[in-house]
Amino acid sequence: MNDQVCLKIENITKRFDDFTAVDNVSLDVQRGEIFCLLGGSGSGKTTLLRMLAGFEKPTSGRIVLDGVDLADVPPFERPVNMMFQSYALFPHMTVEKNIAFGLEQERLGRDEIHRRVGEILAIVKMGNYAKRKPHQLSGGQRQRIALARSLVKRPRLLLLDEPLGALDRKLREHTQFELLNIQKQMGVTFIVVTHDQEEAMTLSTRMGVMDHGRIVQVGSPSDIYEFPATRFVADFIGSVNLFEGQVQEVSASRLRIRSEELGCVICADREVACTPEAKVWAAVRPEKIDMTRTPPAAVAAGAGPENLCRGVVREIAYMGDASVYLVTLDSGRVVRVTLPNDTRDTESRIARDETVYLSWTTGSPVVLTE
Amino acid sequence: MKRSGAFPWVMMVLGLLFLYAPIISMMVFSLNNSRLVTVWDAAHSPTLKWYGELLQNDEILDAAWLSIRIAIIASTGAVILGTLTGVALARFGPFRGRTLMVGMTTAPLVMPEVITGLALLLLFITLQQAIGWPHGAGFITITLAHITFCTTYVAVVVQSRLAGFDESLEEAAMDLGARPPTVFLRVTLPLVVPALVSGWLLSFTLSWDDLVITQFVAGPGSSTLPMVIFSKVRLGVSPDVNALATLMVLLVATGIVVSAIWMNWQNRRRERDAQLAAAANL
Repeated sequence: MNDQVCLKIENITKRFDDFTAVDNVSLDVQRGEIFCLLGGSGSGKTTLLRMLAGFEKPTSGRIVLDGVDLADVPPFERPVNMMFQSYALFPHMTVEKNIAFGLEQERLGRDEIHRRVGEILAIVKMGNYAKRKPHQLSGGQRQRIALARSLVKRPRLLLLDEPLGALDRKLREHTQFELLNIQKQMGVTFIVVTHDQEEAMTLSTRMGVMDHGRIVQVGSPSDIYEFPATRFVADFIGSVNLFEGQVQEVSASRLRIRSEELGCVICADREVACTPEAKVWAAVRPEKIDMTRTPPAAVAAGAGPENLCRGVVREIAYMGDASVYLVTLDSGRVVRVTLPNDTRDTESRIARDETVYLSWTTGSPVVLTE
Repeated sequence: MKRSGAFPWVMMVLGLLFLYAPIISMMVFSLNNSRLVTVWDAAHSPTLKWYGELLQNDEILDAAWLSIRIAIIASTGAVILGTLTGVALARFGPFRGRTLMVGMTTAPLVMPEVITGLALLLLFITLQQAIGWPHGAGFITITLAHITFCTTYVAVVVQSRLAGFDESLEEAAMDLGARPPTVFLRVTLPLVVPALVSGWLLSFTLSWDDLVITQFVAGPGSSTLPMVIFSKVRLGVSPDVNALATLMVLLVATGIVVSAIWMNWQNRRRERDAQLAAAANL
């Protein structure tokens, strides 16, 4: 597995005056994978990307690509190419010239350049547009040309800065799958920077979540969604209900948490290192909560309510395939619940101001200590 | 929407008259047969005789030729220096002394010409005493002085043009393997070509009609066209000056009309392209 590592980032830090943009980040990226760096604005993801491209010099730390330290390699000599968020197509050159620019710098022969430009234009399905100028193209077409221009040099590492950010919704989905296809076809390692979790989830084989210059969690999209490591990650990826509480009882496989704002005991499967009476948070995704008009039979008989609470529906947002309900509990806490609209029978659906019972299984909550 | 009455039209005509009546009267009098500038000789006018005399006047022809040479060299020099300055200001980031450089670059825009002229005169005299160059006042000193104040205008034009372009264009070029000199020649420079053209034309006109600064740094036997016209007028306006001025106005007007037509055509083409691109949206 180790010889598959393509890029090794070791303890990279970047400081601008007194502001630390990237704080001691270490990361391994495997050959051929699509790695997404996900973070809000100011999280340091773009600075990290720019250090990989060579536009910023790290304050400390090492970037090693295929065993070569890139510290003293200027951007124009790195086997790394970047697709810019603005695409940065040269406005005074045709599509063809834009793509050929990188190859001309390698002093390749005219025929070779012509052949490779033709090849890559075919891959991005833009063969008919070779003579156009960038301003004569639509947003989606420009995106493909930018991709073609950065891929035509066959880089060992392709950096993509918000590759789908400038496209409208319908186009994004289409382009996303095409991007995956092209990546598979070319076998290039992709590093994608984005603030859009949906983009990161669908594109990446692995992703890293960044916050305040640090990478807080690395994992596959489902790992990060189902097993967030911190409250920040849980909240940043998708929506989540975070309940604060004290640990009441720790057993081998169970954990009981007393939550005042919830008014019940949370019972969770997860094993985390924590001591009784420690302050923890239970994160429950809205789609993992069940909402019923009557309390589930199994729990109703029990003494104290466990993973069960009562509330009143305050708001309903109908999204077509599912509906989001905001339920106010007796304690005043608002809980978000998502239910699929799996029948067309609108009569039987829970309506506003109904009293409901919220319940979940022991496998649903993720217990977080930070 | 209907505008009320003739009032706007009257105001527009009055406004245009206010701006252009002097020039029009000058052009009309350039066709006057009389030697007296203000007396219209209805019997023998219009005539082109002053234009003919102009071509015989060596003093004016020499001055015009000198002015053209100075203007061409000065605007070319100003474009080179101004481009370098503009690129540095727009692209080199917040380097040490940038604020000072911005101030120093734009100061000549607001500096009284008399002061600039005097300062340059003193500088040239000192230089001549110290290193023996420039040798006497004349072509070289005028050209240098014109480069000095034209550079500012070019720098401002180039800088604002570059500010309109994303810096990632140059980064992209570098990312694709171009070394900094190649990036400059193949990306930055082509982007600012329109600014270079307008900067050059602007410098040309500034140099062509500068009188105040030129007065300070010119020497005997190096009179530019504005200096000749000015000195002729002090002796009394002669009709051949009218003819000369009319020629200059016509030349400038032609230039403006041509460039306006060209820009209009460019704009239309750009709009059409944008519409085509939008229609072809995938």
